[in-house]
Amino acid sequence: MNIFVCIKQVPDTETKVTPNSDGSYIETSSIKWIMNPYDEFAVEQALLTKAANAGATVTVVRVGGVKDTEALRTALAMGADEAILVESSDNLDSYATAKAIKGAIEKSGKSADVIFTGKQAIDDDCLQVPQLVAQMLGLPSVSVVVGCEEAGGKYTLKREVEGGALEVYEVTSPALIACNKGLNSPRYASLPGIMKAKKKPLAQHSLSDVGVTDADVRVKYSNFQLPPEKPAGKKFEAMDEAVQASVVADVVKLLREEAKVI
Amino acid sequence: MAKVLVFAEANGDTVKSVTFEILGKLVGHTVDVALVGNMGANAVADLAKFGAANVHNLKGANLDNYSPEGYANALKEFIGDKYDYVFSGSTSLAKDLMPRLAGMFDAGMASEVTNFVMDGDTFAGTRPLFAGKVLAKVELTGPKPHFVTVRPNSLGLPENPTAGAGAANDVAANAGEIRAAIKEIIKGASEKLDLTEANIIVSGGRAMKEAANFKILEELAEVLGATVGASRAAVDSGYAPHSMQVGQTGKTVSPSLYIACGISGAIQHLAGMRTSKVIVAINTDPDAPIFTKADYGIVGDLFQIVPLLKEEFKKVL
Repeated sequence: MNIFVCIKQVPDTETKVTPNSDGSYIETSSIKWIMNPYDEFAVEQALLTKAANAGATVTVVRVGGVKDTEALRTALAMGADEAILVESSDNLDSYATAKAIKGAIEKSGKSADVIFTGKQAIDDDCLQVPQLVAQMLGLPSVSVVVGCEEAGGKYTLKREVEGGALEVYEVTSPALIACNKGLNSPRYASLPGIMKAKKKPLAQHSLSDVGVTDADVRVKYSNFQLPPEKPAGKKFEAMDEAVQASVVADVVKLLREEAKVI
Repeated sequence: MAKVLVFAEANGDTVKSVTFEILGKLVGHTVDVALVGNMGANAVADLAKFGAANVHNLKGANLDNYSPEGYANALKEFIGDKYDYVFSGSTSLAKDLMPRLAGMFDAGMASEVTNFVMDGDTFAGTRPLFAGKVLAKVELTGPKPHFVTVRPNSLGLPENPTAGAGAANDVAANAGEIRAAIKEIIKGASEKLDLTEANIIVSGGRAMKEAANFKILEELAEVLGATVGASRAAVDSGYAPHSMQVGQTGKTVSPSLYIACGISGAIQHLAGMRTSKVIVAINTDPDAPIFTKADYGIVGDLFQIVPLLKEEFKKVL
């Protein structure tokens, strides 16, 4: 069984993000990079699937900048068998990224029995790559998955939709599964795992190696800017019980008469 | 003038509000609407009121319920080369469907824009990235049609909508091969509007102390017709499920009114709710970062303030 996992490396969620000087992207010089949080669930699900299927292998694919390969090394240390890095800028658009992933999987010489991804990357928040990869490879896909059971290449998947409702899907391998928080509890890399990861194969390709050119870019970004700051609001002191009722009455009045939202 | 299709979702007669927001913004263009599966007659009338020229209802075997492949196949065939742009609200269903559909056309897609202009045949949008920590201009290139999804509640409804002809047209559609199909739907805890579409949100943070205490937020939400959310701290502490999480690793929301109760305001939370029109924050710590984003801040104990708010809203609503 060939299991693939697609991961992305993104700025840590606590990072303060600022536009770069020409507004073409963000300032990336002092960012702490982490594995996209949703991708951790994808890696974990791949490892659980591998454990349940003797002889299965897990290959991790990442498209992005090479300055640091932390996310791939983390996946290898968690237990993935090999890694593929496709070198690109960190802000390649979804279509070109999906095409690069498709190219990297094909170039590996293995056909994917299942592909796990995170449901979204928390940098560009486009939520396109999983479905695009599935479409390009001619696979069915289920996204925002919070439950995954596999038996004999048959997957029963729970997809979370509006209001916390769940759609239960059945799909037969090969398929793409985009994972959400709540699916599992991602393991930490053990010390021996980290040591072993250093010796695991990490293939590196350029975009052209995997068949992607400038003509594959569909989305043009410009004018990165900070959102407008709101003017300072009104603050009311209400620790003292004696004033609470009047403060609350004032705020409700303002919501009705000044803000006009209720 | 661009030829535009808006993909809409309806529950019987009720069309999702974001569709009307999009129609309102596209006045001056020829705009058709497509819905898949069953829809009520009043849905057509409402869509006409907001400017739909034609309302195409795609029907066929295996199209009564959503499946990513079935909907995508049916829409692919219907769209053909008839449209320059396909718009949709960025709903739970469309987030799954639209990328696949765009992929079928090898076309580009701008996800979850919060504003846009259609100048003749050219689209330019604004979208938040990094959960709203920055904004960028987004344009599309390559094969048509181009795809755009719009975040609910961000455009707003037009005050004086321009009506369209609203000609209803049934389309016999083919779902094609469906490999991933829904076998069962398990209802969620909440029948309320999803956080991403809610007009009012009452959210609780770590200071809620335990899951049972969310009851006071639910009571306040009941009075306001609001949906209840939670911060990552509250979710990680097990007080609320992840489906209620607002923030960079949860849902990004833009309601008219966001009431943050006992939420300190970590960067990743602020990113997810800063586009709310009006923010009320209740926190015992006068220096909590949430107050820098609040229109109305109340320094006080949420367990005392929230019940008072509920009573006060009851009086006026």
